[in-house]
Amino acid sequence: MNHLPLIIKREYLTKVKNKSFIIMTFVSPLIMVALVALVAYLSQINNDKERVISILDETEELSSVFENTEHTTYNILTSDTNLETAKELVKAKEDFGLLYIEKSPDTASIVANVRFFSDESPSLSIMSGLERKIEKKLTDTNLKNGGVDIQQIKASEANITIAQETFTGEKTSKIDSYLKLAFGGAAGYLLFMFIIIYGNMIMRSVIEEKTSRIIEVIISSVKPIQLMMGKIIGTSLAGITQFAIWVILGSILVFALTAILGISMADLQTPQQEIMNQAMQNPDIANEVQLGMASFFNLPLGNLIVAFMFFFIGGYLLYSSLYAAVGAAVDNETDTQQFMMPIIMPLILAVYVGIFTVIDDPHGTVSTVFSFIPFTSPVVMLMRIPFGVPIWQQVLSFVILAGTFVFTVWFAAKIYRVGILMYGKKPSYKELYKWIKY
Amino acid sequence: MNNLLVADSVSKNFGEFRALNDVSIAVPKGSIFGLLGPNGAGKTTLIRIINQITMPDSGHVLLDGEALRPEHIQNIGYLPEERGLYKSMKVGEQALYLAQLKGLTKQEARKRLKYWFEKLEIGDWWNKKIQELSKGQAQKIQFIVTVLHQPKLLIFDEPFSGFDPINANLIKDEILQLRDEGATVIFSTHRMESVEELCDHIALIHKSNKVLDGKLTDIKRQFKTNTFEVGLQTDAIENVTNAIKEKFEVLPATFKNLNDDVKLNVKLNAQDNSNDLLSFLTSKAEVHHFVEVIPSANDIFIQTVKNN
Repeated sequence: MNHLPLIIKREYLTKVKNKSFIIMTFVSPLIMVALVALVAYLSQINNDKERVISILDETEELSSVFENTEHTTYNILTSDTNLETAKELVKAKEDFGLLYIEKSPDTASIVANVRFFSDESPSLSIMSGLERKIEKKLTDTNLKNGGVDIQQIKASEANITIAQETFTGEKTSKIDSYLKLAFGGAAGYLLFMFIIIYGNMIMRSVIEEKTSRIIEVIISSVKPIQLMMGKIIGTSLAGITQFAIWVILGSILVFALTAILGISMADLQTPQQEIMNQAMQNPDIANEVQLGMASFFNLPLGNLIVAFMFFFIGGYLLYSSLYAAVGAAVDNETDTQQFMMPIIMPLILAVYVGIFTVIDDPHGTVSTVFSFIPFTSPVVMLMRIPFGVPIWQQVLSFVILAGTFVFTVWFAAKIYRVGILMYGKKPSYKELYKWIKY
Repeated sequence: MNNLLVADSVSKNFGEFRALNDVSIAVPKGSIFGLLGPNGAGKTTLIRIINQITMPDSGHVLLDGEALRPEHIQNIGYLPEERGLYKSMKVGEQALYLAQLKGLTKQEARKRLKYWFEKLEIGDWWNKKIQELSKGQAQKIQFIVTVLHQPKLLIFDEPFSGFDPINANLIKDEILQLRDEGATVIFSTHRMESVEELCDHIALIHKSNKVLDGKLTDIKRQFKTNTFEVGLQTDAIENVTNAIKEKFEVLPATFKNLNDDVKLNVKLNAQDNSNDLLSFLTSKAEVHHFVEVIPSANDIFIQTVKNN
């Protein structure tokens, strides 16, 4: 008799109707959005702090490069001020710090004689900002002294963007690569998160049946493997429901927040984005962005969606059956530790391999090999696919994955079948091995 | 076919450990069959094999003449010793779910549950969660769920644990009624007084082997020692006692009586019958008490287990 639909329905409904599940579902996006808003708000406050930096430039040549910005005001002291007096002055005014450029005969010795005084040690970005300004001015001076015409250098600078094109004639670009990386990374990471969250949920639900002692009542009516599969599928459906609600609620909230509180995206811009924005005004790069937009549609979207579904389901089944087996093997959650390590390790490995090697070379040896090993392939392959993986590789990888998950489900069912009826002792790996042979 | 369930030379190993060694039992239709044995003897393994939770390594089990098939779970109701319910699920929902797993339709399950809830006077529990009920109350639900699908074979493993005497009695009456309505019951327990009270047949499993089985009355006959409990009234206590001791094997006896002067357990000699003993006694003293000592299930259990 097939009770699978009945079990799936019960597992789904109990999960979805559970109070903490409901609270988690509706409160987490709120918390997430609130957290993001808080971080944005705090970093805004942090940036709002105005700094005054005094400059004592004995060379009288460099002070012109320090132009006030929104957050930093440069206070140029007269060049005949004594260093000690200047320090006292800055301290008395509670300025952020004092940049001291000692009078030196030539640029080479100026470079060695710049110092910064402050109460707190200044941040890296402040220091490198100051350094950049001085370096540029000194370089120009050096060039001029060497008899080189700066205008000429500027005019002769070449700026190249290599136009990328595949043999079949599709135009690609660097932005294309970022886009692919983002898509692949998101897919792989989503799977990773999903496995961890809902794998644990399955494990807890198996343990619950053991501790409440209902398990023997149930399996006198149902085959253990049906119960296990019902649990895995029911919990996944609940998980998908929760994820969907998160995505919908999250986007509504972000939309509402930006509209109501007026935290526009512009305010949240990081320095990198500012650079990007400036770059956008450059016609070449603007052109490239257009190319990138076009290349979004050039992504193997169909392939991506199909592969995502297959690898997501395959990878999830693979791991969740192991979680179910662990749940069956132990009596309570604290005993799960020793069995969790071998499950979590390949997952984490997959994410790291995915992030580090796929960025470096999506079709390199390491990424390719790991996209075939079943325990890492779902994550790594999902990250690789946007870069165009031959269909035969995807199919082969999935066949290996499918074969493995048939094996792990079988293996888990063996442990599950015996484990759910074992009470009161914490099994060792050796015992688990024996159970398989029962 | 007079036997509803036949287990034929069933063996089961768990790794090195032999949990059941060539065990055969036959449970007659309409009987209450006591499955007895010390802890760890293999009773639960046998019960799990009957429920198809575990598969035997060798031997086979017939239900109503047919080899066990997955469909047969609908004909079996099992109340395991390690039992429980989903704590956070509502009573009604849970009972419906478990009934559906046994193959009942939702409508039919609801109808029968209503009947049973009224019968055991727990109608207002439908929307309560199991965790709000006491242990005894939860056991009632568990009992209902076990019998709801009207199985031909009912297996109760320690059914009375967790019940107060009143509810235990209530459940006992329900079990007897189910038997009268045609169900066959396998009853596993360590409480020998309920074996005495309920069981027609018993089988005793000890260290993975079946060491005893048959009708309870036959077994008692087999175990009786032809001993009689005797209470006599006389003035010459010493003389009478000695006279009996000379002729018979005698043990001291304790039983409640008003004024017997001599209390003895007297074993018949091989050639004698009870009338011979009685006429001997009447010739010596006034007989107030004369009862054959029938071995209790408890005695049989202890004796068998010790001898093996």
